[in-house]
Amino acid sequence: MINILSSILILSGVFFYLAGSIGLLRLPDLYSRLHALTKADNLGLGLLIAGVALHSQDLLMMLKLLLIWLAVLAASATSAHLIARQARRQETGS
Amino acid sequence: MSPVSLPLFDALLLFSIVGLAWASLATTDERRSVILFIAFGLVLAVAWGRLLAPDVALAEAAIGAGLSGALLLGAVHRQPRPLSPGSTNDSRNQGATGMGVVLRWVVTLLCTALAGTLAWALLHAFSSVPHDMLPRAISGNLAASGVSNPVTAVLLNFRAYDTLLELAVLLTAVLGIFALGQANPGYQPAGPVFDSLVRWLVPVLILTSGYLLWVGAHAPGGAFQAGAILAAAGVVLRLAGRTRIGLPEGFMLRIVMAAGVGLFLLVGLTLLLLGRPFLGYPPAWAGSLILLIETAAMLSIAATLLLAFLGGRPESPAHAARTESANTTASNSGNEEQTPC
Amino acid sequence: MTELFLLSALGLMLSLFLGLLRVLLGPGIGDRMLATQLIGTAGVGILLLLSVLLDQSALIDVALLLALLAAVAAAAFTGQQKTQHD
Repeated sequence: MINILSSILILSGVFFYLAGSIGLLRLPDLYSRLHALTKADNLGLGLLIAGVALHSQDLLMMLKLLLIWLAVLAASATSAHLIARQARRQETGS
Repeated sequence: MSPVSLPLFDALLLFSIVGLAWASLATTDERRSVILFIAFGLVLAVAWGRLLAPDVALAEAAIGAGLSGALLLGAVHRQPRPLSPGSTNDSRNQGATGMGVVLRWVVTLLCTALAGTLAWALLHAFSSVPHDMLPRAISGNLAASGVSNPVTAVLLNFRAYDTLLELAVLLTAVLGIFALGQANPGYQPAGPVFDSLVRWLVPVLILTSGYLLWVGAHAPGGAFQAGAILAAAGVVLRLAGRTRIGLPEGFMLRIVMAAGVGLFLLVGLTLLLLGRPFLGYPPAWAGSLILLIETAAMLSIAATLLLAFLGGRPESPAHAARTESANTTASNSGNEEQTPC
Repeated sequence: MTELFLLSALGLMLSLFLGLLRVLLGPGIGDRMLATQLIGTAGVGILLLLSVLLDQSALIDVALLLALLAAVAAAAFTGQQKTQHD
């Protein structure tokens, strides 16, 4: 039972990862690529972590996984903004 | 599926590493080169994990991807931009002349010879029988070393001399950095979004550093990784334009810089006075002594890496206060360029 | 179960590879930095899968570090330096 649930979570996580990466390659410019990446990738990672957490052996491991997920969420949201702002600065010429 | 998937995984990993390394060196734009190098460090950390070397993976992620990236990006940003597209960097012009071509061929031959020697050594090591003498020797003596992580046992006990000398090299490097002069001017104060990242990232980095130091005794971790993470925390604070980045000032800074080598020597000499060999820990005390030395080493390593990022002697607090007041009077006359978020 | 993890790791590796293409192609420096973030996140995922696959719980620590330091790299990318007379 756990294996089935974990498999579904992990496979859907990988699907979202691949979707985000394809979006990264096919979308026309930086800002739309940022959208594709931050949304799809983080969802993929969240599902992946949920799937791996079902296999975790103790509480410490689960807490570490939770910390990883939260850190990646916050960091990628912030870095997406920072990258977009940096690109905007270079466009308007500073 | 499994017989096919794993080699395919390894092949993709290998190709990515080599491709990124090649591209990083082949591009002419320096910023592009640095970003490729950061990506290279990230993939290399995954490769170390795949090779079941978590200690090295931790160090690669901390130093190779994060710190080196920040250091190189800072250096590249500080270069003056060429005034016209014609006057590109000198190395390209130098490459066209005869001397440059000869130099490149010499370097290529030397690198090929080095790679060939390494390949021969590796093949020789795999073919010689038995090839697990080192792991057996380590696991045989692990119980008496005071820790249960074999990497830490080798670094801090069996080959403690080497680590002592490495720390001395780091100290020499930081003296060299001090000789470069004053630290870089620093960074603009961060906007609200960057600031929000700093607010949680720095505490988590500090906690992770302490965790890695503690856990290094029985799991992958240790002083080098912990020190690098601590330095990364200081680097993030510096990038956000803060003036207080965790470095002590004046005399305390010198103490922290010398603490790694100093404590190592102190422990070694004390043991010598007690009649034991230099750095020959008594098995009952080995664990505690190793933790003590690792703590001092972590602080030294963190200070060294952070000073490397600073690029010189940190300015004294009095000087910082004077420039702060000068800044406020200057900004009042309408010279701010901080863009709103 | 092991095959599933291997396949997923392979899928993530493919995702990393696609990000690699963007790093090499991407016309602007922002595109390359963005793709580096993808490489970091894919690396975190791969390490988590490997930690179960190879039974090395330490790889979770490596994944945590990778996540944190990708953030540091992005921060380094955007820091605005002060000029000499600031």
